[in-house]
Amino acid sequence: MAIPARRRVADAAAFGFAMAATLFGLFWLFWILWTTLRQGASALTPQLFSDMTPPPGSSGGLLNAFYGSAVMIALGLVIGAPIGVAAGTFLAEHGRYTRLASVVSFINDILLSAPSIVIGLFVYEMVVVTAGHFSGFAGGIALAMILLPIVVRTTEEALRLVPDQMREAGFALGLPRWRVTRQILYKAALSAILTGILLGVARIAGETAPLLFTALNNQFWSASLNGPLANVPVVIFQYAMSPYDEWHTLAWAGAFVLTAFVLILNILVRLLARKGK
Amino acid sequence: MNDTATALRIAVPGNSGPSEIRTKMPTAIDIRDLDFYYGKSHALKDVSMAVPANGVTAIIGPSGCGKSTLLRTINRIYEIYPDQYAAGSIAIDGRNVLDRRYPLSELRRRVGMVFQKPTPFPSTIRSNVAFALSYYERLSKSELDARVEDALRQAALWDEVKDKLSDSALSLSGGQQQRLCIARTLAVRPEIILLDEPTSALDPISTAKIEELIHELRERFTIVIVTHNMQQAARVSQETAFFHLGELIEFGSTSDIFTNPREQRTKDYITGRFG
Repeated sequence: MAIPARRRVADAAAFGFAMAATLFGLFWLFWILWTTLRQGASALTPQLFSDMTPPPGSSGGLLNAFYGSAVMIALGLVIGAPIGVAAGTFLAEHGRYTRLASVVSFINDILLSAPSIVIGLFVYEMVVVTAGHFSGFAGGIALAMILLPIVVRTTEEALRLVPDQMREAGFALGLPRWRVTRQILYKAALSAILTGILLGVARIAGETAPLLFTALNNQFWSASLNGPLANVPVVIFQYAMSPYDEWHTLAWAGAFVLTAFVLILNILVRLLARKGK
Repeated sequence: MNDTATALRIAVPGNSGPSEIRTKMPTAIDIRDLDFYYGKSHALKDVSMAVPANGVTAIIGPSGCGKSTLLRTINRIYEIYPDQYAAGSIAIDGRNVLDRRYPLSELRRRVGMVFQKPTPFPSTIRSNVAFALSYYERLSKSELDARVEDALRQAALWDEVKDKLSDSALSLSGGQQQRLCIARTLAVRPEIILLDEPTSALDPISTAKIEELIHELRERFTIVIVTHNMQQAARVSQETAFFHLGELIEFGSTSDIFTNPREQRTKDYITGRFG
């Protein structure tokens, strides 16, 4: 049966439009990657990962910034992920039909869309001012507060996607709710929950504003979480604003590594999600 | 066996309601004045019936007549949803299981349930069966393995899965998954098994296997099966209850219901005039 010309034209137009939109999106991504790569290429050496941030006019790397970022992201993850999974579990399971759960869910949505600079200021007031100094702890706490609502939301969604038949089957065996949740529902929702956590990590990896007010920055090597800590986003911010060419190059290289890290995390998320199906 | 059971059936006068048939078999589930509500909708209306022990009782009726609701009331699985409640009494061994003080884990251990859609847990075949078992009983590894094997044998699944107990349960076919769900239920040694349209998602060969299994299990367990398929009810059950619009219309021996129904509505349904 021949397809009418009108339908073929409409199909081609829709296809062309969708392709153009896709290419438009990809164009910026590749431009960003290409620009950061080109501008930072000369700093993308082993030194980048082995040397400290240099004083103006000399060469160096971003080791202390990578270390600080890694530690604070890890701290944010360790604080934010378990609380987020627990809260998401409450919303989807234990509190499912309660008023409390819908209120908490609503407030979580507000937290989810809170500007990160507000969270930075809040932690500044609560932790930095109280302790009297900037610290990696404060940075980790700020990142945890950004991660938390993302994990709460994705965990809730992941558990809601598990069909009720699975719950009924577990309960019909006489198992208590915590056991059904822990041993059946978490298993069924595992890849979706992990996906949410990884997406959250990708999000906090690039956050600058909350760290500016909490971890500040540190030009020197410091392993202590109890003092100012270097980190990639703030270093990029400061170096990009500086008048020194070496710092500019380092900022570009840092931006490239950060973008690549987030890209890899997202690819990992896709692979995980596919494995879950 | 079937014929002897039918021959032994004697109506005991005096102590039963009009729609009840008393048999020599003791009563396993004594349902009295049961009403069930989904919010405001009245799904079961004043149902009383005595389900005899060690046999198969089939529940038939058109969609929405309350047959699945009745099963869901017996093990109180409805309680996981808000706005669903039951009134009346369901006595097992003389104790009303609808009483809030009746412990749920004890009830659900004694009354197992298999659902319409096979629901294997996302783990290995072995742990699907061992899962509830290790919650109820402290067993050594070898005892646990023996109980898992025993349950899988009872569900006529052992020969098909004995070499791949560590494989994912999701790798099994639909019919095997359903027998795994039966094995999982049998593993905790229930007295009563509720089957909610257990074969409606299965092909004819898998259906035949499940029906064969029901035949084997009926001597040791009290089985209540909800089915859309009247031939299936006739094949597997000794007692049949016909529900319509939330009411128990007729309850009696399967042969009576299918060959000599007392109620016009039962007759219309089994001859395919509605439903």
